[in-house]
Amino acid sequence: MGARGSHSAVPPDADSIRRETGFSQASLLRLYHRFQALDRDNKGYLSRMDLQQIGALAVNPLGDRIIESFFPDGNHQVDFAGFARVLAHFRPVDEEDPGMQDPKQPEPLNSRMNKLRFAFQLYDLDRDGKISRNEMLQVLRLMVGVQVTEEQLESIADRTVQEADIDGDGAVSFMEFTKSLEKMNIEQKMSIRILK
Amino acid sequence: MEGTDLVAKVLSTWLTLVLGLILLPSAFGLSLGISEVYMRILVKTLEWATLRIEKGAPKESVLKNSASVGIIQRDESPMEKGLSGLRGRDFELSDVFYFSKKGLEAIVEDEVTQRFSSEELVSWNLLTRTNINFHYVSPRLTMVWVLGVIVRYCILLPLRVTLAFIGISLLVIGTTLVGQLPDSSLKNWLSEVVHLTCCRICVRALSGTIHYHNKQYRPQKGGICVANHTSPIDVLILTTDGCYAMVGQVHGGLMGVIQRAMVKACPHVWFERSEMKDRHLVTKRLKEHVADKKKLPILIFPEGTCINNTSVMMFKKGSFEIGGTIHPVAIKYNPQFGDAFWNSSKYNMVSYLLRVMTSWAIVCDVWYMPPMTREEGEDAVQFANRVKSAIAVQGGLTELPWDGGLKRAKVKDTFKEEQQKNYSRMIVGNGALNLELD
Repeated sequence: MGARGSHSAVPPDADSIRRETGFSQASLLRLYHRFQALDRDNKGYLSRMDLQQIGALAVNPLGDRIIESFFPDGNHQVDFAGFARVLAHFRPVDEEDPGMQDPKQPEPLNSRMNKLRFAFQLYDLDRDGKISRNEMLQVLRLMVGVQVTEEQLESIADRTVQEADIDGDGAVSFMEFTKSLEKMNIEQKMSIRILK
Repeated sequence: MEGTDLVAKVLSTWLTLVLGLILLPSAFGLSLGISEVYMRILVKTLEWATLRIEKGAPKESVLKNSASVGIIQRDESPMEKGLSGLRGRDFELSDVFYFSKKGLEAIVEDEVTQRFSSEELVSWNLLTRTNINFHYVSPRLTMVWVLGVIVRYCILLPLRVTLAFIGISLLVIGTTLVGQLPDSSLKNWLSEVVHLTCCRICVRALSGTIHYHNKQYRPQKGGICVANHTSPIDVLILTTDGCYAMVGQVHGGLMGVIQRAMVKACPHVWFERSEMKDRHLVTKRLKEHVADKKKLPILIFPEGTCINNTSVMMFKKGSFEIGGTIHPVAIKYNPQFGDAFWNSSKYNMVSYLLRVMTSWAIVCDVWYMPPMTREEGEDAVQFANRVKSAIAVQGGLTELPWDGGLKRAKVKDTFKEEQQKNYSRMIVGNGALNLELD
């Protein structure tokens, strides 16, 4: 039938991924096609390079941090399950009825808490559960490049850590992070709706 | 003995038919109308197939409205709106949300990567390769599909391969013969005839149906013709309607043979691989060619790589620095009958040709556009963008600022710096004020 690319129709472990992420069958299929399109050499997994090839991601000031979030625990490869898991954080929340939540089930990946956790780990470079002043400085540097002087950046970092730090330990823990953003409409700001 | 006799008879009838019905008319630029009949039957069949699929599929699913609508809901507001609330602002911990959302959106769908895979069809065109979303619908449809497979692989494919073979051999032999003649107008005329005939034969080898629009703007001698690039077939399509001087690298193998033969009859500009790296040398040779008003117009594809014919990407400025008149041409293929896009990372040349020859047909529109020249105070980049917009508008393609080379390389850091600059202006502009108040 001519040389067709080796596109399998259904992702492996589709059911368990669907249960874990909450994506619909159609959305999952779309994401799987996208995964295969990004995986140019048909390796079955994505490397950091594959993600860096995306133009719009490479020009994003936080591009490198976002790419890192796909590779937890020092991995260098991400399979489709891991890919879908990260994307699941951005699934819009309004579809579920909170009253139906089974308390014994683990929290869905796109809950408010989990979205905040995702944002937190973008700042927390060494994954120790706290954002130190240094880490804040480094992430700020990523976002502004060479456009801002060191003093200005340091004062911004100091101010931000001071405002959020409640227990005065000079770093922002996850709870403090959550508290400082409690009024923010996270569900809307961190949601990507897949149309078909 | 009877067996071989029979085979010989079949073969000779076959060849005579091919000669009479296809080769001779090509030499004179005539058409016997067989392809038109074929196309009409094809269109009717595909329409019927679409109706069957519409009837068979449940209302909500499957028939998407347009392949170019994105798969995610996008909020295209600029950075300022996306980041802040209503007040002027300093850095906030929540700024990270905007960037991470944009980043994840890009991961799910970005403008560039999708341009390097074949365009999705709105409705199935009875080819297996496009059948990713349309599942089994009805036995009658399957029957038609099977019939289609038989027709394409057992009737059309051998015919097309024969024609391609004949076409290429004629080209090589013809141009070599013509090349023996001394330079004269007779030689030029003969070279044109040979080129045109062989190109027409090759186009029939692909069952190509091409509509040329605005023939009055066809590129003139001493000009440069630029067009959007989808596949190597683009060259074939353009040279069927006029002779061009081609520009490119010297290849080995069959391509090299063809190149060497062609340059005997008519001055094409072939570069050695080492010469291609020297931009000044390339520009110099092209300038010389353009300056000679008797030479054929140069054909250049400024995108530098094959794009999937839904958009036009960045035009490299090199072609626009040569000077001379630019004749833009827009080429748009109709994907319903066959996908012409060459995904060079997925298919090599031979598999690509095989795919093209087992499609229904290659149908495309070619629009010649009025010539453009560089205006006062316009640099090459702006001129390139102007031409690119014109071509995109004419062909109904979207326009993208990204470089087609992104297929293989990473994006330049300058783009990221722009975003960083934007963001810094927002947080430091107010941060400075705050510092003073402290």
